[in-house]
Amino acid sequence: MATVETAESAVSEEGGVRRRDFINIAAVSFAGAGAVATVFPLVNQMNPSADVLALASIEVDISAIEEGQSIKTSWRKQPIFIRNLTAPEIAEANAVSLDELRDPETLADRTTAGKENWLITLGVCTHLGCVPLGAAQGEVKGEYGGYFCPCHGSHYDTAARIRKGPAPTNLVVPEHEFLSDTVVKIG
Amino acid sequence: MSFPWAKHYTPSTEFGQWMDEKLPLPRFVYNSLGAGYPAPRNLNYMWNFGSLAGIFLVVQIVTGIILAMHYAANADIAFDSVEHIMRDVNSGWMFRYAHANGASFFFMAIYLHIGRGLYYGSYKAPREMIWLLGVVIYLLAMATAFMGYVLPWGQMSFWGAKVITGLFEAIPLVGTPIQELLLGGFAPDNAALNRFFSLHYLLPFMIVGVIILHIWALHIPGSNNPTGVDVKGPQDTVPFHPYYTAKDGWTLGLALIFFSIMLFFMPNFLGHAENYIPANPLSTPANIVPEWYFWPWYAILRAFTVDFLFIPAKLLGVLAMFSAILVWFFLPWLDKSPVRSGGYRPLFKKFFWFGLIPCIAVLGYCGGAHAEEPFVMMSQIATAYYFAHFLIILPLLSSFEKPEPLPNSITEAVTGKPLEQAS
Amino acid sequence: MVRIFGMLIGLFFTGWMLVTFVLGANEYVTNPPVKAVEYQFHLEPKEASFKSDGPLGKFDRQQLQRGFQVYKEVCAACHSLRLVAFRNLEELGYNEDEVKAIAANWPIPTPDIDPATGEMSSRPSLAADKFPKPFANDVAAGAANNNAIPPDLSLITKARHGGAPYIYSLLTGYQDPPAELPESSRPGPGLHYNPYFPNLNLAMASPIAGDDMVSYSDGTAATVDQMAMDVSAFLIWSAEPKLEERHQLGWAVIGFLLIATILAYLSFRTIWADVKAEKKKKEA
Repeated sequence: MATVETAESAVSEEGGVRRRDFINIAAVSFAGAGAVATVFPLVNQMNPSADVLALASIEVDISAIEEGQSIKTSWRKQPIFIRNLTAPEIAEANAVSLDELRDPETLADRTTAGKENWLITLGVCTHLGCVPLGAAQGEVKGEYGGYFCPCHGSHYDTAARIRKGPAPTNLVVPEHEFLSDTVVKIG
Repeated sequence: MSFPWAKHYTPSTEFGQWMDEKLPLPRFVYNSLGAGYPAPRNLNYMWNFGSLAGIFLVVQIVTGIILAMHYAANADIAFDSVEHIMRDVNSGWMFRYAHANGASFFFMAIYLHIGRGLYYGSYKAPREMIWLLGVVIYLLAMATAFMGYVLPWGQMSFWGAKVITGLFEAIPLVGTPIQELLLGGFAPDNAALNRFFSLHYLLPFMIVGVIILHIWALHIPGSNNPTGVDVKGPQDTVPFHPYYTAKDGWTLGLALIFFSIMLFFMPNFLGHAENYIPANPLSTPANIVPEWYFWPWYAILRAFTVDFLFIPAKLLGVLAMFSAILVWFFLPWLDKSPVRSGGYRPLFKKFFWFGLIPCIAVLGYCGGAHAEEPFVMMSQIATAYYFAHFLIILPLLSSFEKPEPLPNSITEAVTGKPLEQAS
Repeated sequence: MVRIFGMLIGLFFTGWMLVTFVLGANEYVTNPPVKAVEYQFHLEPKEASFKSDGPLGKFDRQQLQRGFQVYKEVCAACHSLRLVAFRNLEELGYNEDEVKAIAANWPIPTPDIDPATGEMSSRPSLAADKFPKPFANDVAAGAANNNAIPPDLSLITKARHGGAPYIYSLLTGYQDPPAELPESSRPGPGLHYNPYFPNLNLAMASPIAGDDMVSYSDGTAATVDQMAMDVSAFLIWSAEPKLEERHQLGWAVIGFLLIATILAYLSFRTIWADVKAEKKKKEA
């Protein structure tokens, strides 16, 4: 074991040991740091690409939606419900006491001031992600006149708040802003 | 195998002991790439390219898996999906350029690795199997690289696929059916692109498999060395780790610097402008050439311009091109010289440096040039030498050559002193 | 056996190559190949340097904006830019609203399906859209241009030998054919002589015919040369939009690797020190 012996005898030289150890540790740590830094782009490439992000916000013309009607549109590859509430529907939503709600929010919390009739929500049930009924004409609106999810029977009211069934929270209101009376920007 | 003086793996932790009983993977790594593998102490820097090629294969596999997450193997959108990677995917340009240039670095390492084996006689007994498996790896790598180059579906992709599959057409009788079978059509199209993608994904893993066999076969006789003299005792070796891991490590840094210069500052230097034009079956590029690593073979293919009796020139070219590589399979039995290392063979050395190397260089140059004179004539002379070197000169050489005296041992070659019977 | 068979095969290939060479050389001497006319009159691209050249290269955003203006007002009528999206113009220094306005006012609308009838129709472009093509397809493009399809310009500086200097040379290289040009190589009807083009005559007439075809808002004089340089710079960007990112990351990576390699080299030297010392000791 000649070589091993020489290696051991070299280690016994005082002073040289520390310098050697230091250089080896520094070299290995540098290589390790480089490997870790490389992992970031390797993982980050799976994040949404620039063309996907470019479609992260959309502008919708709502001039054709009459009172009491709603449309289904697509935003970030998910359904969006845009609903023009009638006066009785607004009144019904406002009449509910917050204490009765699983996820207490007023209609005003969920709409833009001065545009309370425009209820814009994601069409994704907060239970397991099915698309609730009630946005298209003739669909079941559920016991509370809003939306009804057929998968596991969640009922949403006219402010799209969860009232009955397994869903834990209200339908999500995406960030949106009215660019004019007829155009709303979502996202 | 191992030399009797190889260090033994002794797990130092309790977990290590538990692991060693259940699945002795750490022991396996220790014995194959760690301190348990005694390697000759005199390996020079030409011995660094095997592990380097392995690392570039890993780079290719990692970047390739990432590209496959964004690439679409459909003739209508393949080109655009590559541009999507280049423009929109996060760091996509980096992965795409790394994959394109990584292939070149892989082949560069492979060629230096093969060249080292040729010069130092690493193909000779008892290492024939290592050499044969290495030739298999090279053939698989060529197939993989060729199919990969088709995937971006640019002009050179398309016409490269057409020309290479067209080679099979030269085979008498069954040629055209074979070409149609390979392409799944009469010309490269969706079917061909899809199967090329599938195989381009599969073959690298087969290469990994053969590399494992290659290293396994290596561990039976152990590494060759610049003297070609067998290891005689423990004084002739050092443990692979840390000695050769440290040596491979710093040269890897050097290689990555060259790689980064290519990747970040001249990523298209080795590529072809034509491949940034989407594939067009109705218009042929002025000069169809493969990537640089195929140029020597391509030159041999194009050197045959005259029919031999009833054999058409095209078929001769195809046969010669395949023979040029297949001849490597017989190399251990063609070269009978008992001396391994070219360093102790005065005639062999001359034929290697003044024959084979210039011949490959000329073939490489002519393979990348337009098929016109004087390049065709140059490639004909070089092709003649290529076959003469392997099939005539090497078999006869050992009868004429007087080898220089070999050192008694590696240690003697290193220290210049006769072996002391130490330890 | 292997060696005997090998030698026979080797003799065959080597011999036949030598025969072929002698035949070829004889032909070469008695009947030397004549260079095609294109080779005698063809010119290599002019020297042209851009701010984005070299490892330290960065885009000159003012120039890119001018080049974009040239593309928009001169090239876009025939040449598509199908891989570039309007949103990418933000990289040229336009803000979001400017990009939206450029997209909405682009002379060619984006094809889409009419949401009411489902029929093919078109709409003003959005920032997320790619530049719409001036012709619906290659057949239409060929039919409108004397069967010469104007190539897409997105990748043109990477798709032509000579790159951006070639584009610049081509744009400024139109001239009358020289008197000694043989009849067979003279431009036919609908073709134009340009010595920088590989086969000397191309279908595109000089697109930048004279000074002041565009009027630059930054006050740069719109000479033919300036416009050709600007649009070439713009086309470098359109082909390689990540060029700056690439250069910057390159320096960081190489800097890191240099330090790591030096450390690894020192580590290698210390690890091998004892083996080298043993060698010295024995030599002494």
